[in-house]
Amino acid sequence: MEKFTTHTGIGVPLRQSNVDTDQIIPAVYLKRITRTGFEDALFAAWRKDPSFILNQEPFNAGSVLVAGPDFGTGSSREHAVWALKDYGFKAVLSSRFADIFRGNSGKQGLLAAELAQDDIELIWKVLENAPGTEVKVDLVSKTVECGNVVAPFEIDDYTRWRLLEGLDDIGLTLRHEEDITAYEATRPSFKPKTLPARIQ
Amino acid sequence: MGKTLAEKVWDAHVVRKGEGEGANAQPDLLFIDLHLVHEVTSPQAFEGLRLAGRRLRRPDLTIATEDHNTPTLDIDKPIADLTSRTQIQTLRNNCQEFGVRLHSLGDAEQGIVHVVGPQLGLTQPGMTVVCGDSHTSTHGAFGALAMGIGTSEVEHVMATQTLSLKPFKTMAINVEGTLRPGVSAKDIILAVIAKIGTGGGQGYVLEYRGSAIRALSMDARMTICNMSIEAGARAGLVAPDQTTYDYMHGRPHAPQGEEWDAAVEYWNTLHTDDDATFDVEVDLDADTLEPFVTWGTNPAQGISLNEAVPFPEDFGDENAKLAAERALQYMGLEAGTPMKDIRVDTVFLGSCTNSRIEDLRAAADVIRGREKDPKVRMLVVPGSARVRLEAEAEGLDKVFKEFGAEWRFAGCSMCLGMNPDQLEPGERCASTSNRNFEGRQGKGGRTHLVSPVVAAATAVRGTLSSPSDLEPASVSASTTTDAA
Repeated sequence: MEKFTTHTGIGVPLRQSNVDTDQIIPAVYLKRITRTGFEDALFAAWRKDPSFILNQEPFNAGSVLVAGPDFGTGSSREHAVWALKDYGFKAVLSSRFADIFRGNSGKQGLLAAELAQDDIELIWKVLENAPGTEVKVDLVSKTVECGNVVAPFEIDDYTRWRLLEGLDDIGLTLRHEEDITAYEATRPSFKPKTLPARIQ
Repeated sequence: MGKTLAEKVWDAHVVRKGEGEGANAQPDLLFIDLHLVHEVTSPQAFEGLRLAGRRLRRPDLTIATEDHNTPTLDIDKPIADLTSRTQIQTLRNNCQEFGVRLHSLGDAEQGIVHVVGPQLGLTQPGMTVVCGDSHTSTHGAFGALAMGIGTSEVEHVMATQTLSLKPFKTMAINVEGTLRPGVSAKDIILAVIAKIGTGGGQGYVLEYRGSAIRALSMDARMTICNMSIEAGARAGLVAPDQTTYDYMHGRPHAPQGEEWDAAVEYWNTLHTDDDATFDVEVDLDADTLEPFVTWGTNPAQGISLNEAVPFPEDFGDENAKLAAERALQYMGLEAGTPMKDIRVDTVFLGSCTNSRIEDLRAAADVIRGREKDPKVRMLVVPGSARVRLEAEAEGLDKVFKEFGAEWRFAGCSMCLGMNPDQLEPGERCASTSNRNFEGRQGKGGRTHLVSPVVAAATAVRGTLSSPSDLEPASVSASTTTDAA
């Protein structure tokens, strides 16, 4: 995973709550077996509407999405994070993220920064009054800057550390393989195994 | 101080405690007892293992099935959609390469992953269960800690049989009282979600408690736990009891003999201690609950079936008002319209929420001896091939076919429209599934989430209806049972 320290890019105001992952990437695009190449799938249904924000310049070149509360609800599809990244987004700002989406973002180096809704509203106003304004997201100081707005954001320390260091999760866990093996030896024998298969 | 059920299950699976305390704590490393795999969220994880030269650590704790993409017609023919066919073939190749047990299309154990695990007896109390699917919360009905995960985490579990997780907060959902006839588990969970909102459960594990929950069957408890994710919760669970044990006993992978006794002794400890406290408690009155239905485009936008489409200006919060306006426009509804005046084109009975044998029985009891509204099409999609066989042995397939419904093969089907079962733009559907998101059941499709008995009554009248709205059935009305 690439290290993330700061990013500065055009902010995209998405004035909508409950943006579920079916909207971020419709199910029809989940049939692919690759991990990249999902840029065409991002907000595919909404992008058919010419007035959708990503169909307008300069927002189409945006890299910081500023969304309403409860972003990323619904399906666990990590494809939603892949699509945002493939399109060019580096960070999403919202006052509340769905747990699974936030987890998936952290694994893939997309920064999910949680801001107070009042600060989101202030940033929306800046971006709507002056389209093309850049947003600076600083993971070191946990702050966002946009025009005259400077706001703190929340992210859990462990995810922040992993993003700053660009660490691979599996590699980290396998450092403790002895602990896993020791735990396995203590599991009760009545716990089920899938193999050998028993069927009715 | 005592522990909640969720905390007990958590503590029993800690491989390595995270360092630090409170907000700065590192995540705990938890052992995963069962990993369920399907074709959509696994190919990139298997590929990741392959690229890193890693093995799948515990094939004996992993099981795969084909569900999201599978057709529900002509299952003996090659899958027509080439990308779907490729994805399923990829799963077959990966399972063979990594030694994972797979139940493929045509196999009696194939079906929706959350129906297959419990019916095989692989889902048991006190386990940690994960799957690259948000509705993994279903398995919480057994008192398991069951969570949906993303593909990176799927790869992590494949490689290590563990997950790094931050402890959750706990929320009690207390449902006391007795459900009235025609009111069911689906109505409980839709009412809970409407009450706490799509984000109300974020960061929490929900425990469903109270006399109304204790009275429910396992199939009904699974319906409730299934939709925990629609309230934003990472998991939802119900403490195991005699109902749980009766369901499990004799299933293929349930413990046997002395192992069963040892297991039950452990399972009996899996309840929230009397002196334990929840971070939050929410109460719901089962006595006054009515059949529920959604009017909007997220699962929290629901009301009693007896009410009318709400007015956006009645929502205090500006974001909620905008969301309601947008939802009504998408749904093609006018505020103030009685929900029961809304005509549907399609009724879908299926999905991991409501496709189990009891769901099919409850719907069949409503339609038996009645005629379908000729303008409505109805799809019945059993949750698994095993459920389908069971239903056919009871003659339920005949009830549905005589009524004019389509009797299909098992899979996720019209819940998410990855296979050919989709709504047309503007088509309106009463659906027993879990999500009424824009375009979820097909581009431009309009979804109203309902229980199986409301779905069945709606198919009879053509408008959103509860069983109590129906005229007496022409024949064998005496065999109609209470569907709650």
